[in-house]
Amino acid sequence: MKIPKIVIIISIFFYFSPLKADQEKLQNNIAKNLRCLICQGQSVYDSDSQFATSLKLIIKKKIENGLTEDQIYNFLTKKYGEWIMYDPKFNKNTYLLWFLPLLIFFFGGAIVFRKIKK
Amino acid sequence: MKNRIVPFLIVIFSIFLFLIFYKGLNKSSLYAPNNEIEKDIPIFSTLTFFDKKEISSKNFFDKDKFYLLNIWASWCVPCREEHPLLIILGQNKKLEVIGLNYKDNSNNAKKFLEEMGNPYKIILLDKDGTKSIEWGAFGVPETFLIYNNKILKKFVGPLNQDSVKIIEKTLK
Repeated sequence: MKIPKIVIIISIFFYFSPLKADQEKLQNNIAKNLRCLICQGQSVYDSDSQFATSLKLIIKKKIENGLTEDQIYNFLTKKYGEWIMYDPKFNKNTYLLWFLPLLIFFFGGAIVFRKIKK
Repeated sequence: MKNRIVPFLIVIFSIFLFLIFYKGLNKSSLYAPNNEIEKDIPIFSTLTFFDKKEISSKNFFDKDKFYLLNIWASWCVPCREEHPLLIILGQNKKLEVIGLNYKDNSNNAKKFLEEMGNPYKIILLDKDGTKSIEWGAFGVPETFLIYNNKILKKFVGPLNQDSVKIIEKTLK
């Protein structure tokens, strides 16, 4: 009688294991960083559309198969293009996007600095 | 001299910003997928619709042959709209039409085929929608023209007379 109890306790322990919680957290993080391509202004995480539901399932499967976050993003950008990512990667098409705020900041800073110096 | 540099830089910067916004705001905010693609077809395995046998995509896509993979479902209204065109395309000997039944009830799908006709040489099952994601699809209906294990063209939404013309032109 003791053995089934022990088995149940161990299975409950593994069911709520931190590993599974981490996996779910990663899954949600990835879904939050993906644009639902058929919805207006919603992430895959927020959307309940057929597309988003399938995408969440595929993210889960890929994590279970041992793929890293970057590998999953690469897989999805190959299928749907860079547009699916809310946080575009740093490449030759996005240099301007990443550097423009910095440039504006330094330019504004230089003007303010000059004014103060005067 | 110094006093002139600042206004000059501001003007240059304003022009630069204007150009960026002019280009950016003129661009459509609606996402339009690229239909002219040359991507390898995904490798996947799934069940067949009628006899529920496990099958791998490697086994039914031969080289030097045109295939039309159509993602459909009985609950999808635009699928009814395009179905007569698929029947016509299914009669073309140069082309094999393959169906991918998307998140559907098996009985409803069978009724749909009985009512509308079956243009598909083989129908594969996509119960949870993940196979369609492997194909880079957005939903139903969606159609892929395949040759030499490569996706030549992708038709998002129901096929129409124009898409049939494009397919027939590619087959020639």
